[in-house]
Amino acid sequence: MERSIIRLLTCGSVDDGKSTLIGRLLVETDSIPHDTIDSTRNIRRSGSTIAAGEIDFSLLTDGLEAEREQGITIDVAYRSMSLLDGKRLIISDAPGHEQYTRNMAVAASRADIALVLVDATKGVRTQTLRHLTICSLMGISRVIVAINKLDAMDYSQTVFEEIRANVQTALTRMHLDDVLFIPLSALAGDNVVQGSTHMNWYQGQTLLESIQEWRPAEVVDASPRMRIQMISRADNFRGVSGTVHRGSFTVGDEIKIFPSNQAAKIAKIITYKEEIQTAHDSDAVTLLLEPEVDATRGDLIAATSEELHPSDRFNAEIVWLHDDPLIHSRSYLLIAGSTQTPATVTRIRHKIDVNTGSQNAASNLGVNEIGSVEIATDAPLTLLPYTQSREFGNFILVDRLTFRTVGAGMIRHSLRRGENVVLQKYEVNKSARAVQKNQKAQVIWLTGLSGSGKSTIANAVEKRLHALGMHGYVLDGDNLRMGLNSDLGFTPEDRAENVRRISEVAKLLVDAGLIVLVAVISPFEADRQRAKSLFDDGEFLEVFVDTPVEICVDRDPKGLYKKANKGEIPNFTGVGQGYETPKNPDLHLKGDADLDENVKKILGIII
Amino acid sequence: MDQKILKALESESIEILRETAAAFRKPVMMYSIGKDSSVLLHLAKKAFYPAPIPFPLLHIDTTWKFREMISFRDEVVAEAGAKLFVHTNKEGVTSGANPFTTGISEYTRIMKTVALRQALDEHGFDAAIGGSRRDEEKSRAKERIFSVRDEGHKWDPRNQRPELWRTYNTRLAPGQTMRVFPLSDWTELDIWRYILQENIEVNPLYFAKERPMVKRGDQLIMVDDERYPLLDGEKPEMVKVRFRTLGCYPLTAAVESSATSITEIVEEVFSVKLSERATRLIDGASEDSMEKKKTEGYF
Repeated sequence: MERSIIRLLTCGSVDDGKSTLIGRLLVETDSIPHDTIDSTRNIRRSGSTIAAGEIDFSLLTDGLEAEREQGITIDVAYRSMSLLDGKRLIISDAPGHEQYTRNMAVAASRADIALVLVDATKGVRTQTLRHLTICSLMGISRVIVAINKLDAMDYSQTVFEEIRANVQTALTRMHLDDVLFIPLSALAGDNVVQGSTHMNWYQGQTLLESIQEWRPAEVVDASPRMRIQMISRADNFRGVSGTVHRGSFTVGDEIKIFPSNQAAKIAKIITYKEEIQTAHDSDAVTLLLEPEVDATRGDLIAATSEELHPSDRFNAEIVWLHDDPLIHSRSYLLIAGSTQTPATVTRIRHKIDVNTGSQNAASNLGVNEIGSVEIATDAPLTLLPYTQSREFGNFILVDRLTFRTVGAGMIRHSLRRGENVVLQKYEVNKSARAVQKNQKAQVIWLTGLSGSGKSTIANAVEKRLHALGMHGYVLDGDNLRMGLNSDLGFTPEDRAENVRRISEVAKLLVDAGLIVLVAVISPFEADRQRAKSLFDDGEFLEVFVDTPVEICVDRDPKGLYKKANKGEIPNFTGVGQGYETPKNPDLHLKGDADLDENVKKILGIII
Repeated sequence: MDQKILKALESESIEILRETAAAFRKPVMMYSIGKDSSVLLHLAKKAFYPAPIPFPLLHIDTTWKFREMISFRDEVVAEAGAKLFVHTNKEGVTSGANPFTTGISEYTRIMKTVALRQALDEHGFDAAIGGSRRDEEKSRAKERIFSVRDEGHKWDPRNQRPELWRTYNTRLAPGQTMRVFPLSDWTELDIWRYILQENIEVNPLYFAKERPMVKRGDQLIMVDDERYPLLDGEKPEMVKVRFRTLGCYPLTAAVESSATSITEIVEEVFSVKLSERATRLIDGASEDSMEKKKTEGYF
């Protein structure tokens, strides 16, 4: 399949003539405005030998002020140009100094082709091997090794062949299948866009040709996937929006949603003001599903035939991007697609020396270092090996305090697939334990605003159960925040995690045969639904403690509303953050009603 | 091929717009009335259909915009069913800041950069979507798609977050805000081709018409109202011109052109090899002026 937009990474330093090469490519394909070209006829870098009035190609691709001063490129810059066959080329230009690995990884992350420059006057240097190692790691499809400045070496074939042989030796330890070698001179213009009259011994393609004729590799397994970016809600409409990756979805297709494993059918595919039959790779669409399943942002939609295994432990390669080193067992935020979950690097297996490819023992990873690690995520993720899918095999790590992007990761494989973890079966099971206690094990989930009376009700119910000789246990959101959940705040993500942990604990207690009373605000419908999905039918009863906010504010048992209204507590439910009213609670209690009445109602559904 | 390229660019922009709507507490879309804004607004309609655009629009009005821009703005926004906030730096107006005697850089700082910061702070927007493209100007070429601004809306070009794959880090530390650029990979020609393909309404100032012009250096400036200071005995001349970019009328030069339809504009842009920001007087102030403005909070 042809691609209309090709992304090219250029690696090499100013000394290798990289800026000149890109500049020439832009000028000779008529991709740069004439006034911009003319502006380079008058400005000169100090020490430049280019005659006044001539174009200094290298000036066309440098950006920021500081770089002009230092004569080097500091950050990744992007440039668009049209290839002569009409395709679009987006060049990501990676700078060439000490921040190299980091910037090159950024520029390489989306690149299809990498242009690796080798200065013929200097031969293969350490940095050439570093470029190739990173290209291999980042999954570059084609590498073009441009052996530049041959004009300064009398256009010697021997020099070219020697360098080629040296690079090829290094390639044996890498995963690069498509590597081309082109002899050229960016300064003189040989084999960039025009062929060369100086190197009759070379019959291969020019740089431009080798870019234009590249095609992406056929994906053998083209079963479609889509990550849900957002839920689209309009009058009488609830769809899921996202971008299709690989393959296509057609109306009528049976699909599955991960990680919840729900099945549905595609009823409609909606784009702007029209419905279409089929959504192809890279199309941004909205799907209407039937039945209307409980899907949330970050979920994955795949064909029913696909066997996907959400996992929470992975082997991965990580490029470290930040000055503070990667600390194993510290919690980071992992972002993969639209999903964010806390994650911990549990082990650093080894560090990879980018210059030699060798593996060395390591206890941490510093900036610009690459390591092979084991990582554990709090929520299960549906990721694929990076070599199979760049899109579904990548993630970034974010510092949980500063929210800086500190690491970039590539999944090697998941460590614990659902099927590999054999659940240890015990002969005394949940129902045996419950029968012994003469009760049905279940969870009563009380949700409502702060101050709505959840804890009071839960406490009263437990007292009644106790008096009846039954075995209950209260999980109180506030109390758990002092221990198990003491590391969590009140952002929507942390609240989700809070609810997830409480529901897991509740599940254990239900398994122990208890009647579990959960009292937690749990403001978001999606989180409550997720909690519910952990339990068998009839085991999870959602009780909405519906107390008008004015009464809660009035009660304010912990003085929290007062603080929140003063702006001291951001994200406070009902003040800075919304509360999503349960759609179909099993029981709807009026929080301002008589306590005994409410207790009776709950006992009515338990017993 | 061109259609395929536009489709790919469109899908990616929609993905970015959806990500912004889903990940931020209170996003806003900058609406500057120009062609890029027109495309951005169209993409926003597409991204969320059948739901309405989930964020408001914001226009920074310097009070020196072309009159035709303001009337066009109100019509288009009403048609889109979006909410529009218009903000002017009132202290700037009171202090008499103007494009003639204040000095171009200082005027831009007060009426555009400071005004923008005021509006973002006043409403508490945590993400501002803009129509900037990487092909416009050299310092923009290094801009991220999701670009963090520190307290005071400052951009630190040396300390940008690495942006890998299409995995966007949309989290903000206290005091930070985000600028989002869904059109990063588009070129000027893409914008016009897309306007043509999608039949998007653009401001009449983009089309060639006889307009009252004066010459300032090499630049043709339109005398849009009586505030423009004419030289002694000077009379505006009617010249057939159009504008490649829209901004404050005394600072936006026209190009002589006969293009009166989108098709003709596409042809013209395709053949004229002059970068569009060359008609912006404010950018030419010094070689690196865009980067300087951006570090202070300019879009």
